[in-house]
Amino acid sequence: MATIVAQPTGVPVVEEHHEMSFIRKYIFSTDHKVIGIQFLFLSLFFLLVGGLLAMMMRWQLAWPGKAMPFGGLFPEAMAPGGIMLPEFYNSLVTMHGTFMVFFAIMLLLVGVYANYLIPLQIGAPDMAFPRLNMISFWLAVPAGVIALASFAVEGGAAGAGWTSYAPLSALPEASGVSLGQQMWIVSLVILGLSSILGSTNYITTVINMRAPGMTWMRLPLTVWALFITAILALLAMPVLSGALIMLLFDQTLGTHFFLPASGGQPLLWQHLFWFFGHPEVYILILPAMGFASEILAVGSRKPVFGYKAMVGAIIAIAFLGWIVWGHHMFQSGMNPVLGTTFMVSTLVIAVPSAIKTFNWMGTMWRGNLHLHSPMLFAIGFVMLFVIGGLSGIFMASAPFDIFIHDTYFIVAHIHYVLFGGALFAIFGAIYYWYPKMFGRMMSERWGKIHFGLTFIFFNLAFFPMHTQGLAGMMRRLYDTSGYTHTADIQDTHLLISFSAFALFASGAIFAFNFFWSMFRGERAPDNPWNATTLEWQTPSPPKHGNWEEAPVVYHGPHEYSHPDVTDKDWLAQNERPDVVSPARH
Amino acid sequence: MNWTLPENIATYGGKIDAVFWVITIVTAIAFVLVEVGIIWFTIRYRQREGRRAHYTHGDKNLEILWTAIPALAMVVLGIYSAGVWADIKGRESAPAESLHIGVRAKQFEWNVTYAGADEVLGTNDDFTIRNQLHFPANEPILVWLEAEDVLHSFFIPQLRVKQDAVPGMTIPVWFEATRSGEFQIGCAELCGLGHYRMRARVFIHEQADYEAWVGEQIASRGQTGEAEETELATAASAPEAADEPASTHDHSAGGM
Repeated sequence: MATIVAQPTGVPVVEEHHEMSFIRKYIFSTDHKVIGIQFLFLSLFFLLVGGLLAMMMRWQLAWPGKAMPFGGLFPEAMAPGGIMLPEFYNSLVTMHGTFMVFFAIMLLLVGVYANYLIPLQIGAPDMAFPRLNMISFWLAVPAGVIALASFAVEGGAAGAGWTSYAPLSALPEASGVSLGQQMWIVSLVILGLSSILGSTNYITTVINMRAPGMTWMRLPLTVWALFITAILALLAMPVLSGALIMLLFDQTLGTHFFLPASGGQPLLWQHLFWFFGHPEVYILILPAMGFASEILAVGSRKPVFGYKAMVGAIIAIAFLGWIVWGHHMFQSGMNPVLGTTFMVSTLVIAVPSAIKTFNWMGTMWRGNLHLHSPMLFAIGFVMLFVIGGLSGIFMASAPFDIFIHDTYFIVAHIHYVLFGGALFAIFGAIYYWYPKMFGRMMSERWGKIHFGLTFIFFNLAFFPMHTQGLAGMMRRLYDTSGYTHTADIQDTHLLISFSAFALFASGAIFAFNFFWSMFRGERAPDNPWNATTLEWQTPSPPKHGNWEEAPVVYHGPHEYSHPDVTDKDWLAQNERPDVVSPARH
Repeated sequence: MNWTLPENIATYGGKIDAVFWVITIVTAIAFVLVEVGIIWFTIRYRQREGRRAHYTHGDKNLEILWTAIPALAMVVLGIYSAGVWADIKGRESAPAESLHIGVRAKQFEWNVTYAGADEVLGTNDDFTIRNQLHFPANEPILVWLEAEDVLHSFFIPQLRVKQDAVPGMTIPVWFEATRSGEFQIGCAELCGLGHYRMRARVFIHEQADYEAWVGEQIASRGQTGEAEETELATAASAPEAADEPASTHDHSAGGM
């Protein structure tokens, strides 16, 4: 992009972009594409860390009290003689959830793809506030470092669960953790600020910087999902930050917001946390739904079935998402009448999810399905998200939730939604947009092997957790072997742990493919998938400023197999109607 | 592998299990429909040279159909569940004539308080036993649940009862067992490093046996002239034995 700058002499000069220093270009960059890629490396790192913590938990659950492999590397305070202590297990539970939810999935969905895709898909040269965007990344880094460093302080990392229910999280004498819990709070307050800045930017960019002709109903579904997600994050994160600061005050200044001794209310924490937390759940799935919708359309060579219904469902979920938080609290001691109202709103929110699922099937129906790696992961996403959605109905029913609340059934559900759902869509998105990001293709063969192994071992690892939950096995137990009612299914832990190890190992195939392709992958054409959206109508990778010529949009986002276009089966959003025949879209 | 719920011994447990089976059937239909559909489409419509996808932006009638059917199913499920919920957890659901027992949870034990000879809870002759819950079968029990330090959750799987214990609150929990036997209370809310071993033994007696047991407790306390907390030596309360597999527990009634 060239800008005309009026010089003091009065002579207009065309200022070309200068070669920037390495630091300005790759480290403190304001280019949304570089920031997106920075977030990609950061979030994949935390995905690895979160996975490693899970592997340690799976070791302890399958072989309670046995020394871990490499267990000797851990200090006495975590695992003396390589044998994990219960307090360390609680830290693992807490930090696995924290890293996966806040630093892996949320950053992968929003940090990476909102940054990378929004300007490219709406035809803008960059974000509305590029510096804000840079600050948003450079806040996420210290937030992650603080959370990681909390393992090394006295008392270890936070151990009250990723939900940090008070009073356990507020009373160091009850949890044995004080500094670690405070670092957890500070880390998430900083990350919240990063998210708020990012969201402000995404919302402003989508509203103001769409290319000429890019009407709301021509936005790719990814942009719709990311836009609504940004609104949710902007409204939800301040609630979490406020609650976290109250918790920090209870810990350090002697306030009693959540401590009943002086009139505080432990349930207040749960209300605040879930008032943030349930919109957060949708922050973690809406963008994934957007990616899947888009990849399914590209792979099926068909427009998204029921585009308007899809947009409507995203908006409906975003509204209803604010009035369902109490379904996490059916057994909390909250007034049971309130439980009834939350049950109704929760069951209602199943409807837009059902609409989306049927529309994904409609998109595949009578298509011409190209089963490349992104498409396989998108199909896998739908298959697994359905399981997570349906298992949600069991716990949405308050009377049956009496039995399964806080059991492994919930653990199974959350992983079907966040791993089977969000992470499968993320893998699809990585394979799909990799050529645009890095200018090279990832290996298709290894992509398919990665998909196959991940799909199989994911189900072997998480499906049996439903049965453990139905047997009444409580979650977050360091050792589940002391209960008579679950004695029969104790050995299920072995199957789950072996599958989890294999699942983790299949991630290595992905990691290898990811880094190897960056240097050795086949050179990517501008539009390897024959896709219609704007990001594919510019070089791979796009230059600073994105466009050589600012795009003008004439068509809807997913015009595949249009009957009037005969020489190919797609119609780019910016193809001029006088060049190609149909003017209907 | 186990595919169903543990044995139900609660009078209202049948209602909870019925909800489970209704949801299982509804979701199983949806599950098969969607998964078979996706696999069928993936095979049937896989890429072939020369084939062109069917160009469509959707179908309004289908859209209405697959919005209305799930919405209807959810409304019916909601009304059905709301009734069961009110019967079990509603504030007025506990039977008027119940045996009252106090349960106070703290890291990492369950302290159970029984009404003494006067059969009224909250009087001087109450007595408290750590990690043992005794009550008769075929009589409604009303537990007044409290927590001393952090959140805990009172869970007896076979009785289909779960309720968080919250510091600062006294929460009524009721249930009625249909048979005698020995079970366990587990803690279902993360409560600290001993969360995994925070369990207690549950002894459900026949009516006559329960009365005899209460009599013994009152008599033994009467002899010492004290009504203070008593700790009985049990496998469940001895920390060093807590990690043993449950099957090795001695279930003989001699300790009582």
